[in-house]
Amino acid sequence: MGLLSDPNRRRALISMLTRLNAPICVVCYFAGVAWFMGLAFEPFTLRTYMSENAMGSTMVEERFPAGERALATGREFAAHKKKVGGMPVDWLVKNMQDRGLEVFTQSFSRTLPFPDENKERYIVKGTNVYGILRAPRAPRTEALVLSAPCSPGDSNNQAVGLLLGLAQYFRNQIYWAKDIIFLVNEHDLIGMQAWLEGYHHTNTTGMSWSPLQGRGGSIQAALSLELSSDVITSLDLVLEGLNGQLPNLDLANLFYAFCQKIGVLCTIQGKLQRNDWDSVSGYSHAVQTMMLMVMKQASGRPWGDHGLFLRYHIEAATIKGVNSFRQYKTDATTIGRLLEGMYRKLNNLLERLHQSYFFYLMPSLSHFVSIGYYMPAFGLLAVILLLRALDLWVQLNTPPSTTEDGVADIDQVRHTPGVLSVLTPLVISHLTGVALYALPIRFQETAVEHFPVSETEAVVLTAIAIYTAGLALPHNTHRYYIMCVCGTEQGWRVLKLIAVLYLAVLLGCTALINFSLGFILALTLVPLAAFVTPHVPKVLSAFILVILSPACTLLFSVFFFQELQEMPVSFQDGWLLYLSVISQGILDHSLYGSLVYPLIALLVYPCWLLFWNILFWK
Amino acid sequence: MKILTLLGLLSACFLANSINIEVCTSRFWFNYRHVANTLSVYRSVKRLGIPDSHIVLMLADDMACNHRNPKPATVFSHKNMELNVYGDDVEVDYRGYEVTVENFLRVLTGRLPPSTPRSKRLLSDDRSNILIYLTGHGGNGFLKFQDSEEISNVELADAFEQMWQKRRYNELLFIIDTCQGASMYERFYSPNIMALASSQVGEDSLSHQPDLAIGVHLMDRYTFYMLEFLEDIHPASKTNMNDLFKVCPKSQCVSTPGHRTDLFLRDPGSVLITDFFGSVRKVELTMDAINLTDPIKQMEENPVNGEEQKEVYSYADQLPVSEIIHQKPKQKDWHPPDGFILGLWTLILLVFFKTYGIKHLKHIF
Repeated sequence: MGLLSDPNRRRALISMLTRLNAPICVVCYFAGVAWFMGLAFEPFTLRTYMSENAMGSTMVEERFPAGERALATGREFAAHKKKVGGMPVDWLVKNMQDRGLEVFTQSFSRTLPFPDENKERYIVKGTNVYGILRAPRAPRTEALVLSAPCSPGDSNNQAVGLLLGLAQYFRNQIYWAKDIIFLVNEHDLIGMQAWLEGYHHTNTTGMSWSPLQGRGGSIQAALSLELSSDVITSLDLVLEGLNGQLPNLDLANLFYAFCQKIGVLCTIQGKLQRNDWDSVSGYSHAVQTMMLMVMKQASGRPWGDHGLFLRYHIEAATIKGVNSFRQYKTDATTIGRLLEGMYRKLNNLLERLHQSYFFYLMPSLSHFVSIGYYMPAFGLLAVILLLRALDLWVQLNTPPSTTEDGVADIDQVRHTPGVLSVLTPLVISHLTGVALYALPIRFQETAVEHFPVSETEAVVLTAIAIYTAGLALPHNTHRYYIMCVCGTEQGWRVLKLIAVLYLAVLLGCTALINFSLGFILALTLVPLAAFVTPHVPKVLSAFILVILSPACTLLFSVFFFQELQEMPVSFQDGWLLYLSVISQGILDHSLYGSLVYPLIALLVYPCWLLFWNILFWK
Repeated sequence: MKILTLLGLLSACFLANSINIEVCTSRFWFNYRHVANTLSVYRSVKRLGIPDSHIVLMLADDMACNHRNPKPATVFSHKNMELNVYGDDVEVDYRGYEVTVENFLRVLTGRLPPSTPRSKRLLSDDRSNILIYLTGHGGNGFLKFQDSEEISNVELADAFEQMWQKRRYNELLFIIDTCQGASMYERFYSPNIMALASSQVGEDSLSHQPDLAIGVHLMDRYTFYMLEFLEDIHPASKTNMNDLFKVCPKSQCVSTPGHRTDLFLRDPGSVLITDFFGSVRKVELTMDAINLTDPIKQMEENPVNGEEQKEVYSYADQLPVSEIIHQKPKQKDWHPPDGFILGLWTLILLVFFKTYGIKHLKHIF
């Protein structure tokens, strides 16, 4: 007989499962964490390599000469920006036209759901200016984008200057097979979102913008440039985009290849890679780089203007110029040459970038970990949930061992429609989740009237208040249970079974789309889901449950992120930062369609509430 | 008359002709070097005297007019743009998507529709020395055409056998410059074939030099050194095949070129390069007068008599297109008139009788 159909063997298997469940879960958990930590260890990673044939074997000679002139243009731009007090649209239009581009503008406006205190804006009105360099001999079917943001104050003037300088140089070449669009967007991400929506004729976020008068074909790749000083010491590559989406690894490979060829220092996450991988400090450096990427990806927000392109299947990255205290400085001409080389190679593309990986982690710029290597870490954590579910299923199906009124109990156990009895906690938890999602923004005016807080604080504090109010639910909802939970022992088991499976599916789906978010949630929620029962000591478990809840995970992540960036914060500042992170999350959701806030509010939080309900099961 | 006899003498001995087929099978800008390979061989054979009518040139993509070419209308084979192999008088017979396995095999075997122009045919006979040059991306036993299909070494060997049986060649020189090129000539079994390849099975053929201004690799190593070798050949040179076998040793090519001569009847040392690469006629000049032995008698005109009818032979048409095209149209069966016409007439009749009353019916019947 087979293993599962032989009753003896099955009984043996099941008894082993129930006996060893807790040890196996613990082992799996630590194995998952160890696997994840081991990803940054260099022998377990692969060197990056160019996968795209069209870009790989070609050498180009970069000849961009006009770095100084580009900086002068940048200074002119700064002066005009100060004079106008915003985006100098007319000057930009005239300048681009003089360089031979077809220039168009787009105006947009958007009222944020509540004021953004980080960037100090509430009602945003702006104009994007973009010029299209038409390919001299090619049909206008494909395009590349180079963009620089128009930021208030003194930042990114050199970026716009370099963009205009490159536009003039590119205009004189005849080897372009794709149109190149030079975009200067105002109000960084909001302007970029308006431009992209206008370009692709979609309107997903409720922004109002004027339609684009000129187009260039389907965009194959985009680079966003952030340069705020005349000389730089290193170039930083930013890959993480909206909802944790990453561009094709070939774009990072291209950047790295050119950095090596031209001899510019290149970093990722602001960290320079080290060669001593076998020493402890070298390994911890790689772990830090990888953890920074994980944190940034998990937050689901676009970390550069490029982040919004990814949704349209356009591979995009942001290149930031960093000027820190090093001896060797790189001037604008060299940066121009690097960009020229990258664009020439992107010009050779025949199809969209698709040969290399879309899901990866980078412990350094020259090494990467692909999805096949990092998924088992999450898989080990998910296995714990499945083992727990199996254990509960077995417990639900075995009759109680020896009771006097055994027969009646058995009948009742066998015939309890298990699912219906747990409907109440499910519905109430999800309603709380909906409240957490919808109420903060809706009731911000009411909150502002009654409390001396600003709108942003009102929204965030309302969210936290609803979150905390959910903790009181189990005490109040017992009387609403539909079925008098006969067989109380079985009731919580059914609820836990459903909750564990629900969590497994939720985390699995999240990890597929955004591995970092799924993994971080799994790290905290899986042990919680595994050990919680009504029989563990209540106070201690309640405390642990609150510590492991999504909100506290976020709080710890904020502190951890600041530590990783070598800018540790005090508790006060950390708390304020935490509040601003929550407000940014809510804003990102309504402005760009980020999914982290709805995910946490509508799905993860109710799931956690279910476990809270189980803990306080009577 | 004298000329007739002289020609007769020449045809009795060695009136061979050289015909070339040069094929580049790769598209896309980064395969620039394959087009440059083919064009450089084309240039060499034209320089050595083979006219365009005897060359079938197949290029799968147009590099000279590619949008990414910074020097439009040129294809360079040496870096720093020393040598433009595209020039002014390149005649491409099969271009772009016409370069397919099917077209290539049809050219070899001659099974082309009657509408095919002469420039696209292989006009060889049983005295022709054919040079076939293939380049592109290949593997163990196949050559990739255009990123969508492959030709296998078995197909190629069978095509050559068909050519032999149809007496379409006298001697055939097969050169292939791809990765693992030696696998392509492993299966040949027809006589009089000599084959050269740029690399053995399991080895890759490497490209030679990139040009930084254009941004691509310009040539493959084997063809580059072969081109250098051919540049030293002039129509009267006596270099033979053994020298060609020595082109591009492993030190220069990194891969090991291979060759196969077991099917060839003559000794390779006695085969001149110009037999295949050039079009050299043996012409004997004489300044003496030659006495023709007997005066040529005029043939008497036979009176036309009906009995002696010589049997006239003609080739059977392989693809009787004319019969297919000029078929008589089938007679359509008669159908009753359309409903529309019937309805129209009914309407007219009804209107007539409505206006004039039914009693007028009797006027009709």
